[in-house]
Amino acid sequence: MGLVMGTFSMQSNKQDRTYRKDKIDDDFEMSIVCHRPEGLDKLEAQSNFSKRELQVLYRGFKNECPSGVVNEDTFKQIYAQFFPHGDASSYAHYLFDAFDSAHSGSIKFEDFVMALSILLRGSVREKLMWTFNLYDINRDGYINKEEMTDIVRAIYDMMGKYTYPALKTDTPKQHVDAFFQKMDKNRDGVVTLDEFILSCQEDENIMRSLQLFENVI
Amino acid sequence: MAAGVATWMPFARAAAVGWLPLAQKTMPKPPVDKKSRSDEILFVNVSGLRFQTWKNTLDRYPDTLLGSSEKEFFYNEETQEYFFDRDPEMFRHILNFFRTGKLHYPRHECIQAFEEELAFYGIIPEIIGDCCMEEYRDRKKENQERLAEDTEAENAGDAPLPPDATLRERLWRAFENPHTSTMALVFYYVTGFFIAVSVIANVVETVPCRPIKGSIKDLPCGEKFSVAFSCLDTACVLIFSFEYLMRLYAAPSRCDFARSVMSVIDVVAILPFYIGLVMPENEEVSGAFVTLRVFRVFRIFKFSRHSQGLRILGCTLQACASELGFLLFSLTMAVIIFATVMFYAEKGTKGTTFSSIPASFWYTIVTMTTLGLLITAIHYQLLIQLLMSLYFHLQYLFMWGHVGLSDLLSCCVPQDGDGDSTPLCVKNRSAFEHQHHHLLHCLEKTTNHEFTDEVTYSEVCVTDSVGFRTSRSTSLSSQQGATTTCCSRRAKRRAFRLANSTVSVSRGSVQELDTLHVTKTPAGTQYPQSRSSLNARTENLKLNCDDYTAAIISIPTPPANTPDESLPNSPAIPGILRNSRSSTFNTQETVKISSL
Repeated sequence: MGLVMGTFSMQSNKQDRTYRKDKIDDDFEMSIVCHRPEGLDKLEAQSNFSKRELQVLYRGFKNECPSGVVNEDTFKQIYAQFFPHGDASSYAHYLFDAFDSAHSGSIKFEDFVMALSILLRGSVREKLMWTFNLYDINRDGYINKEEMTDIVRAIYDMMGKYTYPALKTDTPKQHVDAFFQKMDKNRDGVVTLDEFILSCQEDENIMRSLQLFENVI
Repeated sequence: MAAGVATWMPFARAAAVGWLPLAQKTMPKPPVDKKSRSDEILFVNVSGLRFQTWKNTLDRYPDTLLGSSEKEFFYNEETQEYFFDRDPEMFRHILNFFRTGKLHYPRHECIQAFEEELAFYGIIPEIIGDCCMEEYRDRKKENQERLAEDTEAENAGDAPLPPDATLRERLWRAFENPHTSTMALVFYYVTGFFIAVSVIANVVETVPCRPIKGSIKDLPCGEKFSVAFSCLDTACVLIFSFEYLMRLYAAPSRCDFARSVMSVIDVVAILPFYIGLVMPENEEVSGAFVTLRVFRVFRIFKFSRHSQGLRILGCTLQACASELGFLLFSLTMAVIIFATVMFYAEKGTKGTTFSSIPASFWYTIVTMTTLGLLITAIHYQLLIQLLMSLYFHLQYLFMWGHVGLSDLLSCCVPQDGDGDSTPLCVKNRSAFEHQHHHLLHCLEKTTNHEFTDEVTYSEVCVTDSVGFRTSRSTSLSSQQGATTTCCSRRAKRRAFRLANSTVSVSRGSVQELDTLHVTKTPAGTQYPQSRSSLNARTENLKLNCDDYTAAIISIPTPPANTPDESLPNSPAIPGILRNSRSSTFNTQETVKISSL
């Protein structure tokens, strides 16, 4: 019996390579979570960043979020500062879901790095897959018109009220229709991953612009 | 932008990948970053104390000296470090601001020195964190008051009068600074003496004296020696009136003097006498007249000219006026409550003194003041404040010794909360701003709409129905350099080419639309598709970085077919000049319009 217990605990220790410490302080009402990321080497192996780049990223991340995780509100606040004209909260919400691959409700540094790795250093296919994942809100493998309308509306919200030309109420709808016109090859009302990737690869503009942000870090 | 946002710029830009499949236009080119990307440690030597920090840390705040290229001016090639000949202790705080995003005010430091350091490094004091903001504000207010006294002292200083000073100026000087001449000093003491005499006489004349022969009743001394007292009173009043008239004559600004507190006290002190002179010997009226004599006691306040302590007290009371008011109000409340309680408690009892609620007032007041508990509790803070300010003021006065501060009641300076240090202007756009603009530009391309501002937007709504041709190009705007520094202002650069309208405009880089210029172009200049940046249009539009002007769009029209007619002002957009003359115009005019 003791042997079994011993092996069990050793097993769980082995799995738990990430030094994850969750200190729940009972004095305070809320729990204080402090998360430390995996080792630098491991992250370097998993992502497309060099050690130096990871160091820079982590220093910035840690400075802003000393606890090691970003929750959705903080995420929205940060993103909103880049778009002072409009309301970036809806798009930030979708972004948060896309970053938070484990659906844990908070973004750890690893999530952050992995997403950035794909967006900035990934292959075309990986980037498109990530974007598909972003658009597919309910993660069912298909983008339908409602999901796309939500996304497009969120993007237009970031523009704010004062635009030229003025935003009309059906502008997002027209945009979504144009999108589906282009992407939905078999006209079944949903866009699958393959349709999406194929259509994007056919569009030169999209292909070219995907290389835009490679030198961001 | 808020602290630390620069760190998240790579993330924001990466997230823009999500827009790409939706984009309807081609994306603009990203800004070229000439500097090397790798982070490095910078050495900053401040008067011998060497600090080290990441370059990224300093880059977080591109509007400051350390975050912008301005620090290159301080770079020492030989030692490979940035050298600042400033206070190293203060620099700690500055650097901590960069590191943590919060600026703290060190309590032991002089506030003036701190503000100077902030001004040097281009940091505005308003971003001091909440933890230190109150302390900072208090010290600042104290400092300002002290400075105000300082300048007043200088103004009323001992500098000798210019030789050609008029009699008036000399006289005023003598009144304000009695120690400057012997005559003034003599006059000062004489008036002081007579104030004292007058007050004492007022008091003594009510004391019962031995009765005159033949009468049994005790008389107050005032009636026994009525002649003597009235002579004394007349003499005092004459002297006070003379003094008041002299001051009035000598005052540089008679209106201001007449309105000042001291002169009001003077007037109130001597008025009863004169009113008594003109008053007929009427039984009814003389009763009221007697009450007026009470005001003679105000003569004691004339001592405030002679006592600086009294003036300080007055000043402090004025400063604490709101607290005093609250104190009085709460006392009244308590009195009424307890008086009511006492009245109803004793209502049934016969022969009680609490016959009515007001009758209970006196009892309540006396009890409360006797007990003193309530008073002390509320007074505590007030007392401390009074004593502290008294102490500081007297200390200050002691150091300055004989300097005669003119009416100290004016020392209570109005609250002025804004910082006087202005951030240093950064002429060059930082890489961060380039990237931010590029990001916004990408968003514009994705949605096929452009950012604009409220005024343009409302004007466009008006023109929508008329369908003017507008042409614009924004491709240059994100890549041009030095004219705007902020995204919100970027949207103001628009030039509308209105087909049949006559005024074409473009928006300059302004913080606020204080004055608006309407620029008409000379005939014959073909406006290119003109939403380009200001650099390309400078010669036509006379707009540049420092010129805080904005030209407006004059949008005509009711949905009229012929825009050539002169159009009435649209009430929807007040203040904008409408000009719809024909399309030929020969001179370049600028018409200034008052702000909206």
